[in-house]
Amino acid sequence: MSTPKIGIVSCSGECCVEGTISRIATRIVLEKLRPSNTVTICLPLFSIGEKGERMFAKNFATIAVDGCEKQCAKNAIEKYSGKTARSIVVSDLLKKWKMENPSPRRELNKKGVEAAAKIAEEIAVAMDDIFTRGR
Amino acid sequence: MTDPIIVIPCSGIGKAFGTIARDATYSVVEDLKKGTTETICLSLLVMGDEEAGRLVKSHRCIAVDGCPNECSKKNLVLSGAKLAANFRVVDILRDHRDLKPSAVTFIDEAGRKLAKILADKISTRIDELDQEGRVSK
Ligand code: SF4
Ligand code: SF4
Repeated sequence: MSTPKIGIVSCSGECCVEGTISRIATRIVLEKLRPSNTVTICLPLFSIGEKGERMFAKNFATIAVDGCEKQCAKNAIEKYSGKTARSIVVSDLLKKWKMENPSPRRELNKKGVEAAAKIAEEIAVAMDDIFTRGR
Repeated sequence: MTDPIIVIPCSGIGKAFGTIARDATYSVVEDLKKGTTETICLSLLVMGDEEAGRLVKSHRCIAVDGCPNECSKKNLVLSGAKLAANFRVVDILRDHRDLKPSAVTFIDEAGRKLAKILADKISTRIDELDQEGRVSK
C-alpha cells in the first residue's frame, strides 16, 4: 500500500517575517518531521498551472500555512483547487506564544528558526489529526 | 523621486531556485536599491487582492522566477501589471555551472553566490530603466 500523503502549501509571503516562517516551517515538515507523508506545490502555480496543479487539493487533503490573517494560501487554494482541510496562520500563533516579530524577513535568526520549528510542530499535529479524524 | 519599482520573486518552494529568487529580491530591495524598490507578496496577487492588483498596474514591475514555469511573470501578466523586466534563476545557473545550489530551506553558499549575481543583474536593469525613463520624459 502506498504511504498516505497530505499537501502542505505555504503562502511564502515576501512582505514580512511571518511569510518566511510559513515557508521554512513547511520545509521542516517536508524534510524532517513527516518526509514520507508530505507533498507540497509552489503556490503561484495554482493560478497559471494546468489541470494537474488544479487537482492538488482534490487529490490530497491540504493544509494552508499562511503568514497573516489575509490567508492568501487558503484563499488561493480554495479559489483554484478545492477546500482546504486545515489552516494555520503564523501571526496568530506567534501572538498566542508571545513570539511576535522574532526575526528579519530575509534570513531567519535563532529566534526566527525557533518560531518556524514550533509552527512546523503545529503542522505535524494538524497532519496527525487528519490521519486520525479525516479531512 | 520616481515611483518605486516593484520586484516580485516567485518564492517557489520545491527546489533551491525559488529560494535564490527570493534572496536576490531581498538583496535588491533591502540593500542595492533600497528606497527606490519594494516587494509585495506574490500570493496576494494570486488570490486576487484588489490593492495588490492596483499597485502592480500603476508601477513598473520586475518578475524574478526560479524556473521556466515563470510563475511570477505569468501572474503579473494575468494581473495586468506594468511588467518592465523579468529574470530567471535557471538562466543564471546556465552561465555559472560551477555553482550547484542544493539547499532549499536555508540558502547555501552556492545559492548565495547565485543570488548575488542575480541581484546585481536586476540592479543594473533598474539603472537602465531609470535612464530610459529619464530620456523618454
Ligand atoms: S497571507 Fe499575509 S504574509 Fe502570506 S502572502 Fe498573504 S499577505 Fe503575504
Ligand atoms: S517559477 Fe518555478 S520555482 Fe518559481 S514558483 Fe513557479 S514552479 Fe516554483
